[in-house]
Amino acid sequence: MSILLDRDTRVIVQGITGRMARFHTKDMLAYGTNVVGGVVPGKGGETVEGVPVFDTVKQAVEATGADASLVFVPPPFAADSIMEAADAGIRYCVCITDGIPAQDMIRVKRYMYRYPKDKRMVLTGPNCAGTISPGKALLGIMPGHIYLPGNVGIIGRSGTLGYEAAAQLKERGIGVSTSVGIGGDPINGSSFRDILECFEWDEDTEVIAMIGEIGGPQEAEAAEYIRDHISKPVIAYVAGLTAPKGRTMGHAGAIISAFGESASEKVEILSAAGVTVAENPAVIGETIARVMGKAA
Amino acid sequence: MDIHEYQAKEVLSNFGVAIPSGALAYSPEQAAYRARELGGDKWIVKAQVHAGGRGKAGGVKLCNSEHEIHEACDEMFGRKLVTHQTGPEGKGIYRVYVESAVPIDREIYLGFVLDRSSQRVMIVASSEGGMEIEEISAERPDSIVRSIVEPAVGLQEFQAREIAFNLGVEARLVQQMVRTLQGCYAAFNDLDATMVEINPLVITGDDRVLALDAKMSFDDNALFRHPQISELRDKSQEDPRESRAADRGLSYVGLDGNIGCIVNGAGLAMATMDTIKMAGGEPANFLDIGGGASPERVAKAFRLVLSDKNVQAVLVNIFAGINRCDWVAEGVVQALRELEIDIPVIVRLAGTNVEEGQKILAQSGLPIIRATTLMEAAERAVGAWQNDLSQNTKVRAV
Repeated sequence: MSILLDRDTRVIVQGITGRMARFHTKDMLAYGTNVVGGVVPGKGGETVEGVPVFDTVKQAVEATGADASLVFVPPPFAADSIMEAADAGIRYCVCITDGIPAQDMIRVKRYMYRYPKDKRMVLTGPNCAGTISPGKALLGIMPGHIYLPGNVGIIGRSGTLGYEAAAQLKERGIGVSTSVGIGGDPINGSSFRDILECFEWDEDTEVIAMIGEIGGPQEAEAAEYIRDHISKPVIAYVAGLTAPKGRTMGHAGAIISAFGESASEKVEILSAAGVTVAENPAVIGETIARVMGKAA
Repeated sequence: MDIHEYQAKEVLSNFGVAIPSGALAYSPEQAAYRARELGGDKWIVKAQVHAGGRGKAGGVKLCNSEHEIHEACDEMFGRKLVTHQTGPEGKGIYRVYVESAVPIDREIYLGFVLDRSSQRVMIVASSEGGMEIEEISAERPDSIVRSIVEPAVGLQEFQAREIAFNLGVEARLVQQMVRTLQGCYAAFNDLDATMVEINPLVITGDDRVLALDAKMSFDDNALFRHPQISELRDKSQEDPRESRAADRGLSYVGLDGNIGCIVNGAGLAMATMDTIKMAGGEPANFLDIGGGASPERVAKAFRLVLSDKNVQAVLVNIFAGINRCDWVAEGVVQALRELEIDIPVIVRLAGTNVEEGQKILAQSGLPIIRATTLMEAAERAVGAWQNDLSQNTKVRAV
C-alpha cells in the first residue's frame, strides 16, 4: 500500500474540458491511473478521453464512486472547486492550479475544519506538480517515466526540482514509493510534517527525502517533528542559498521575510534535528544512495 | 504589489482609519501650495517611494516655513533615495506627500500579516512604535502583542480591545483603537492585502489616534478582482527588467552576478543558482520560464537575461517533463540564431527525448557548450565565463 493513492484510487478531474486538463487526463490514463470521470459545471453528459463529465462533484461521486480529485480549475474559481470536493466526500484532492489568492486558501482551510479529522479530505497543493506512486498511479502533471518504483518517499515544494531528484535516483537504480508535491504557495493544503507522518506509517517507504526551499516555517516545523516522531532516515535539500532576502523567487511562498526562513538557517535547523542535508541539488541522489547504503 | 504611503492612507481612511490631513505634490511649488492649503505652521514633507527606512535616509523632513518646504523638496525630487530596504541603486522620488505635523504623545507599532504557521491573518502590535519590527523583536520582544483572526467571523471587538489594553492604551482611547484595528482588518480582508503596517500609529496630545505612516502590499494573485488597487501600481518604483518580465508572464529577479540563468520551474531555478555559486560563480538572475518551455518563451528569456549588461555567460537548464527536449533545443537554436549572442551559452537538457535534443544542439553548428548533469552545467558555465573574461582582457591589453 502506498500513501495517498494506488491502482484502485478512483479519480475525477475537475475542470477536465480545459486544454491542459485533457492532455494530462490522457497521460494519467496511459500511466494506468483509474480516472473515472470529470466535473465541469454545465458540461455534464459530455465525455473527455472516454470518461464521463458531470455537472457537480456530488453527481460524479454518486455515479462513479470517485474518492480522489485533481483540480485543474483556473485561479479565480479553484478554491470553490476544492471546497466542493471536500463537501462531496472526496478523500484525497490534488490542486495543480498556480495563482490562487492567499485569502481564498485561508477560507478553504477554514472550511475543511467543518469535518472531523477522520472524515476530512486531504489536500496537497495548490501550485504543485501532483502525486505519483510509481508503477501504480499518477495524480498530476509529472512525467511518469522518470520515476522507478521503490522505497524512497519524496516530499517537495517544486515540480521540476522534484523531477531532477527523481531522475538522479533513477540513474542509480533507486526507486520511489510515493512522491508528493506540496506546492509553492504560502498557504497550502498539507505541510511537510503532514506527509512525513504518512510516510512514517508506510511499509513501502524506507527513507524519506524532503525538498524544501526558502520562505515560511514548514521546513523548521518538519525538523521538530522529525526529531520527535520520525524513525526513518530523512534526507533534505533546501533550495535558495543564493536568494536575496525579501524577494519572491517565482513561487508565491518562496520569500525570506522572517528569521529562520533562509536556506542556510533551514539547513542548520534540519541538520540539528538529525536530518542528512544534501549540500547542493546535484548530489541529492548521491546523498540518498549513501544513506540507504548505511541503512541496509 | 506595493503601493505608496499616501495611497495606503487613502485606502485605510476609506475603512475608517483616522489619518492626519495631507496632500500629494509632484513639484516643490505644488508642495508649498499644498502646505498653504492645509494651513498651520509645521508640516512634514515625505518622499513617496516603495521602501521603509525613509526617515534615516533623508526622505522625511519637518518644515516650519514655505521656504523650508522648497528646500526639502529640492533635495528630494529627481533624486534616488537609498534606504536599507532599497538596495544600493535606490528608488526614484517623483512624488512627495505634505502632511500637517501633529503633537505626538505615544507611538505604537501595528502590523497585519499572513501568518504562514497558523495559516491565518495575524495582528502584531507593540507599544514601541517608531522602531522597525525587526528591531523591536530583537530589543523589546516583551512589548509585542499578537492576535490571530478567525477567518470565518473576522476580527472581533474583544480581540481589538485586548490588543489596546495590552498596549497600555488609556480607557478613553480604546474605542478609537478598536475602530482603527477593525478598519485595518476590513481593508486587509476585503482588498486581498498581504501586509498592512502602520508605524507609527500615534496618540496625539489632543487625544486622537492617527496613522502617521502606512504601508500596504497586495496579493498579486488577487489583483484581478480589485481593479481599483491595480491602478495604484507605480512602475517607476519597480526594477524595469522585473516589470518587463512580469508583463510577459516570466518570473525574474535581478541579482549582482554575471552568469545569466534560464530555467523552467522556480525550485529548479533556485537550485541552479545555488549550483553556480557552489561551482565558484555568481548568478546574475533568477528566471523561471514556466513548466512548458516553448521556443518563443526561450527567445523572450534570452532577450531579458541579456538586457542585464553584467551578464557574461548564460546557463540554460531545462528539465523537460511534459514538453520534450528536442522541442526546447529547437527553441534555443532559434533564439541564438535570431539574437546573435557573442557570450558563452551553456545548455543542459534533461528528461523526455534528451538524446534528440542534444543532437539538435550539436548539429546546429552554433558554439553551444553542452552539459548532461546540473553540476557539469554549472562548472562549464563558470569555466567558460572565466575563460571568456581572460580572453577579453587580453584583447583589451593589446
